[in-house]
Amino acid sequence: MQAQARETYQAVIGLEFHVHLATTTKMFCGCRVTYGEEPNTHTCPVCLGHPGALPVINEKAIELGVMAGLALNCNVAERAEFARKNYFYPDLPKGYQISQFDLPICIGGHLDVPLGDETIRVGITRLHLEEDAAKNVHVGESGRMHGSVGSMVDYNRGGTPLMEIVTEPDIPSPEAARATANHIKEIMRAIGVSEADMEKGQLRCDANVSIRNPDGSFGTKTELKNMNSFRFVERGIAAELARQREILESGGRVEQTTLHYDPNDDEVHELRSKEFAHDYRYFPEPDLLPLELSEAWVSEIKSRLPELPDEMRARFVESYGLSAYDAGVLTADRDLAVFYEKVASEVDPKQAANWISGDLRARLNEAGVGISDSKVTPEHMIELIGLVGSGNISRSAARDVLGTVFASGDAPSAVVEREGLASMGGDALSGIVDGVIAANPDEAERVRGGDKKVIGFLVGQVMKEARGSADGGRVRQLLLEKLGS
Amino acid sequence: MAELLALTAHELAVKVESGEVSAREAAEVANARVEEVEEDVNAFVTVTPEIALERASKVDARDGDRKLWEGVPLVVKDVLSTRGVRTTCGSKMLEDFVPLYDASALRNFGEDLIMVGKANMDEFAMGSSTENSAYGVTRNPWDLARVPGGSSGGSAAAVAAGEGWWALGTDTGGSVRQPAALCGIVGLKPTYGRVSRYGLIAFASSLDQVGPMTRDVRDSALLLQAIAGHDPRDSTSANVQVPDYLSELEDGVSGLRVGVVTELVNGEGIEPGVREVTERIAQGLEDAGAEVGEASLPHSEYALPAYYIIAPAEVSSNLARFDGVRYGLRVPAGGVHEMYRETREAGFGDEAKRRIMLGTYALSSGYYDAYYAQAQKVRTRIIEDFRSAFSRYDVLLSPTSPTVAFGIGAKVDDPLAMYYQDVCSIPANLAGIPAISVPGGLSEVLPVGVQLMSDHFTEPMLLRAARAIEQAADFRFALKP
Repeated sequence: MQAQARETYQAVIGLEFHVHLATTTKMFCGCRVTYGEEPNTHTCPVCLGHPGALPVINEKAIELGVMAGLALNCNVAERAEFARKNYFYPDLPKGYQISQFDLPICIGGHLDVPLGDETIRVGITRLHLEEDAAKNVHVGESGRMHGSVGSMVDYNRGGTPLMEIVTEPDIPSPEAARATANHIKEIMRAIGVSEADMEKGQLRCDANVSIRNPDGSFGTKTELKNMNSFRFVERGIAAELARQREILESGGRVEQTTLHYDPNDDEVHELRSKEFAHDYRYFPEPDLLPLELSEAWVSEIKSRLPELPDEMRARFVESYGLSAYDAGVLTADRDLAVFYEKVASEVDPKQAANWISGDLRARLNEAGVGISDSKVTPEHMIELIGLVGSGNISRSAARDVLGTVFASGDAPSAVVEREGLASMGGDALSGIVDGVIAANPDEAERVRGGDKKVIGFLVGQVMKEARGSADGGRVRQLLLEKLGS
Repeated sequence: MAELLALTAHELAVKVESGEVSAREAAEVANARVEEVEEDVNAFVTVTPEIALERASKVDARDGDRKLWEGVPLVVKDVLSTRGVRTTCGSKMLEDFVPLYDASALRNFGEDLIMVGKANMDEFAMGSSTENSAYGVTRNPWDLARVPGGSSGGSAAAVAAGEGWWALGTDTGGSVRQPAALCGIVGLKPTYGRVSRYGLIAFASSLDQVGPMTRDVRDSALLLQAIAGHDPRDSTSANVQVPDYLSELEDGVSGLRVGVVTELVNGEGIEPGVREVTERIAQGLEDAGAEVGEASLPHSEYALPAYYIIAPAEVSSNLARFDGVRYGLRVPAGGVHEMYRETREAGFGDEAKRRIMLGTYALSSGYYDAYYAQAQKVRTRIIEDFRSAFSRYDVLLSPTSPTVAFGIGAKVDDPLAMYYQDVCSIPANLAGIPAISVPGGLSEVLPVGVQLMSDHFTEPMLLRAARAIEQAADFRFALKP
């Protein structure tokens, strides 16, 4: 009975993203947006909330927000409005955050998230702009507020343009949540709206998690915070689903609460709910005029929108003849896609896809670096694939060459020469083939008689003699020639 | 000294411009007058005699490269941020707060603003008597036992007492006009957006406006000329060209359509002496060639309650930044929430706390629609009332305040009676239109102000009509006490 119930448990997941916009200056003042600089060096009366200082909207941030909304297939509002979200916290200098409430800049979109061989459609509820809070630094062993001996505030981050994206509860699993987060990141990077680096806090993700009731209605949801990597998004949600499942299986009820995922013990912990029992008393920000987003301006932005990952994926299938899977893998990382296109313009696009989505990507993942940080250049790949295609090196040797190029940044031809990995060609190989035919007369005779099954044995013998420095295809071809078959 | 003190700001400006008088001499006279009367009047939170002299010398040195108004010392309400000079807002919360920058209105005035001092005010501009100041009550120069009105009571009293020739105040619900009326001077609230609010420490952002407080209408026109203009740092400031406010001042009111606002003249609580002066002025305007009729603002009775939802709602949010974290008063306590509580308990006076609570309540979940949203609807109705009235009349006439100056302490225990002081002035703030208070005469021995209102950005016409009132009124500015 219980096992039966377990199978029918259906996760309902909605995500909330906070994305730092790639503007030069802050949301409502002229201070520069910076990361990791000396605390409190990029502040002014506006972002410090000094008396009498007033906000002025950063037009670039509105443009980037609209771009993001268009990329997520949202409706851009004709009239949007900023609102004050009131609460007290030291990282909030004015005692309110300028955000958006009932009139956000974008509503109602969707994104198609590649998940294995399929895609899932995730609805977008809304997208709005706001200012980020400053950063509290808690002094003490724990690094968190509880148990600290004091707190300091760095207002450099305060006022950074922030975009909140809220999805519909359409996400069916922790894996899909991770893929959604990753896809959001790729879209933001592709259109230049944000670097969306989770480690730098440029992309943050919270989740609303529940388990659907047997009658199909939504169960009680909990809010999960602090998942500061894609891996933790997946693991945090999985941990929370496990917790809820356990409660339901033991006949209990899930309580609405806010939780915090701790990657150290892979468990979720309840935050004191009192801290979050806010009435934010939203009201329209009287210091700013409502935003009028003209249709002409929005279409002008739309016309400048770069190719989106979904569009690029479709194009890769169409123009390079790639499988949906390969196209998905290559376009999931904009830098890798750009790298691929450079290589594919010079060599066979399918070969290029095999090498890049296979061997090269495996090495990148293993080393934990992105393509732009690796020593391998598109020229290296073009050269390497060329060497294999011309039969100069074997496929297996080429894999080793790639390893050396990856580590050293040396050109593939130099590596081949230095390590003597060139395929045995011409006379030397011909000699070995002749020797193998002579040493295996029975098998040679069967091939001459049309029995091609034994040719593999002969190829193997030649490869063995050549100690791997021969190209299998070429050996096979030579044998067939010599045996007149 | 007496000679210079008898001049209007405009007259003094002309003399400084011609070289007959130096700005430094003017500053010396202002400083001396402050020495003489300040103990009685208490118009200032902070006096700045050295700054006045130093900057006056700089203005003198810029002879030939300065605006007409720059030579005339100015009194600045302590709600406007002044770089390097503490700005308290009349609150203990900001007792030692020194701003990093000058308010835009002051920057517009000139680079070497000859500042006499920072004028006293009701705490964070909330009040109608200047009794809600942490720095003592300001006394009305006409009768030192009475209040000067508020919240710009210090500015009004300083001008009436000659501690400077003119002053800047701020007006959220009547805070320039009501004290001007009670002190026998002219007070102008410009169109919302006409003067930048950058550096004006916000009370209610959608209503606040900086305005001149002067001896006569011409001075108000000149001071408005000095401070008006678009400011990219204030998104609510209007990108509308600043006209010449003095050129049509003397053109008279022949043919001007003047509507006397029935509800405000005959409303309950309007003192008979105030009503009489208002009616006399209406007659005077008619005699001067204006077409005078009756106008109606049918929703004006809801203006006061709507204001006391909207303004406290905004102030509850605007005052949240005074939390003891970055500047101003901090009362150390166990944790951060305790520190907030102790700091705000000690830093804010009763009226500030009362309005924070009113506003917090009005914005709370479950009450927002009944209060804040409803008040905004009333605001829309009032705007429509004015639109309709301005289709028939060029300017609207009413009393500025229902009463003359009242005794110190008379209304401190009755907030509603105090709030009623602004019953005639609040509608203009809700609609964002310009309004001016001009002395219309005396009720027994105390001055009565009459108010003129006109449509958005029609200050030149408003000033011209105000000038006509000045000529029709049985009132001439004279130094008090």
